[in-house]
Amino acid sequence: MGRKLLIHNDKVPGIHSLEVYRAHGGYASVEKALKTMTPDQVTDEVKKSGLRGRGGAGFPTGLKWSFLAKPEGVPRYLVCNADESEPGTFKDRYLMEIIPHALIEGMITSSYALGAKTSYIYIRGEYFYVARIVEKAIAEAYEAGWLGKNILGTDFSHDCYVQVGGGAYICGEETALLESLEGKRGNPRIKPPFPAVAGLWGCPTVVNNVETIAAVCPIVNMGGEEYAKIGIGKSTGTKLISASGHINKPGVYEIELGVPVEEFIYSEEYCGGIRNGKKMKAVVAGGSSVPILPTELILKTAKGEPRLMTYESLGDGGFQTGTMLGSGGFIVMDEDTSIVKNLFTFTRFYHHESCGQCSPCREGTGWMEKILKKFLNGTANESDVELLWDIQSKIEGKTICPLGEAAAWPVAAAIRHFKQEFLDIAKSKKFVDVSHYDKLYKVRA
Amino acid sequence: MGAQVHGTQQFDKTRRTEIKFGPLAMETVKTIISHYPEAKIKSALLPVLHIAQAEFGGWLSPEVMDYVASVLKIKPIEVFEVASFYSMYNLKPVGKCVLEVCQTSSCWLNGAEDIVKYIEKKLNIKVGETTKDGMFTLKVAECLGSCGTAPMLQCGASYHENLTYEKVDSLLEKYKSEGKQKNYTDLDYHNTL
Repeated sequence: MGRKLLIHNDKVPGIHSLEVYRAHGGYASVEKALKTMTPDQVTDEVKKSGLRGRGGAGFPTGLKWSFLAKPEGVPRYLVCNADESEPGTFKDRYLMEIIPHALIEGMITSSYALGAKTSYIYIRGEYFYVARIVEKAIAEAYEAGWLGKNILGTDFSHDCYVQVGGGAYICGEETALLESLEGKRGNPRIKPPFPAVAGLWGCPTVVNNVETIAAVCPIVNMGGEEYAKIGIGKSTGTKLISASGHINKPGVYEIELGVPVEEFIYSEEYCGGIRNGKKMKAVVAGGSSVPILPTELILKTAKGEPRLMTYESLGDGGFQTGTMLGSGGFIVMDEDTSIVKNLFTFTRFYHHESCGQCSPCREGTGWMEKILKKFLNGTANESDVELLWDIQSKIEGKTICPLGEAAAWPVAAAIRHFKQEFLDIAKSKKFVDVSHYDKLYKVRA
Repeated sequence: MGAQVHGTQQFDKTRRTEIKFGPLAMETVKTIISHYPEAKIKSALLPVLHIAQAEFGGWLSPEVMDYVASVLKIKPIEVFEVASFYSMYNLKPVGKCVLEVCQTSSCWLNGAEDIVKYIEKKLNIKVGETTKDGMFTLKVAECLGSCGTAPMLQCGASYHENLTYEKVDSLLEKYKSEGKQKNYTDLDYHNTL
């Protein structure tokens, strides 16, 4: 059984309430930080912990915090990125829905470290009911004095608000999120300047993912060095993984970074193996944007070493034979899955979600969707595989924000590892979908 | 109605006077505005548009968008460019219950396409259409963060997960008998927590 630091209490009845959360040690990090530590000491602990951004990019959090400009007389902001919309990812929703105070506690402790008097939690619009849960928790925190003026009798005051989005994947990109928070279209900004210098309303701002902010609490409580002992190498601590697809036990799992991929998929503690006794065909390990890998490469690296759930091990071999931990959106596909059709759903997604600012992404995603549709209609030619490859290679690195890469990588990886599937459809001029949806006919509790 | 912010509003003055937030909605709008620095109340636009959509029949007409502009003291184009960017705002009339079936990867792997076909057949409409009685609009949506409980559909604030045909049957039956407009802002979901 691995250690859990974020959702260890998720089965405790009433853990969404302040009373129960507090009875289980909640808000200890706020007490410790405000009463016994300086803001810089909190930042130091986060640096020592080796915590990396849990939204997908994996950038060291302590380092990001240290970039925050601190000019006199200018407000600084902490913004929580709760726009979770990477296909395959639903961990932040789980955390906010079940233990909303874990996020609020993290917001207060982190804001203290950053010197932010105001913070915003930007939640995707579709999660309206989650926003309501978080708002209720915020109201409880105000009433109990964890938010508001002079928290715990110190001179630190803090206000925290929830903002809902309007339904746009792109707002998970931090500068698009800030635009959206300012009441505008979610068009990513050109960087630099980075949000740490000019973010929300032009003020220095830190944008962190829900899970990253929640992880600050155990880090402050146990100390950064202790936290860094969990995990392997530069992949420290625990990570929430959203497991879905053709597995026996889909859901959110907290793992110690370093669990072997094979154990994660097949052990009863986690995914519980492939449904209906089928064999596994492929895995998208870190949300739709990261390269898909066939079974042999997700279980073992090209060197034959067991693949581990860490940033480094999943990345081993680069994009030729490796992938990324990303957001931890872990989608497992069984032997009957059509990689081409799954790719089509991804590409349709990126086409739908492109903000339209940059031509390569706006036009390229639509073009790729059209070509993939030809494969599903049985009208594609063999040369269309080359065309797809060509288009994706001309999106990557040519856009303001990483949505371009996110749209290109899955296409490149699908062709790299499953080219024969594309060619077979093109040759036979026929697409046969053998996927089984047996689940739909069963009555579920 | 708020102060007029531009001259072109004159021609439809009578119609516009009917568009006004009720007391509860207005109170909520004011609370939202209070979350931002005084000079930055445009930030309230996205949440206020959700309230407007719920308040004025499930969609945002040009008149409603103009009204929101006047409330937030911004230009109508600033409202329209936002309303047209985000997928949750309806710029055309919709049915009382908008069924949004997620169709991205994990939901597709678990049969989302069959759910869509099933609803199409049952309601005798295609994706994007509204039933003749104005009760249901069927839409497809991109990943709604419910991958572990796929397939799913969203209607208003409610997530309906681990869908089966039987679940869809009882859901449509329930909504039909209630006959109410479902909004993202509805309060009744998860109140029992």
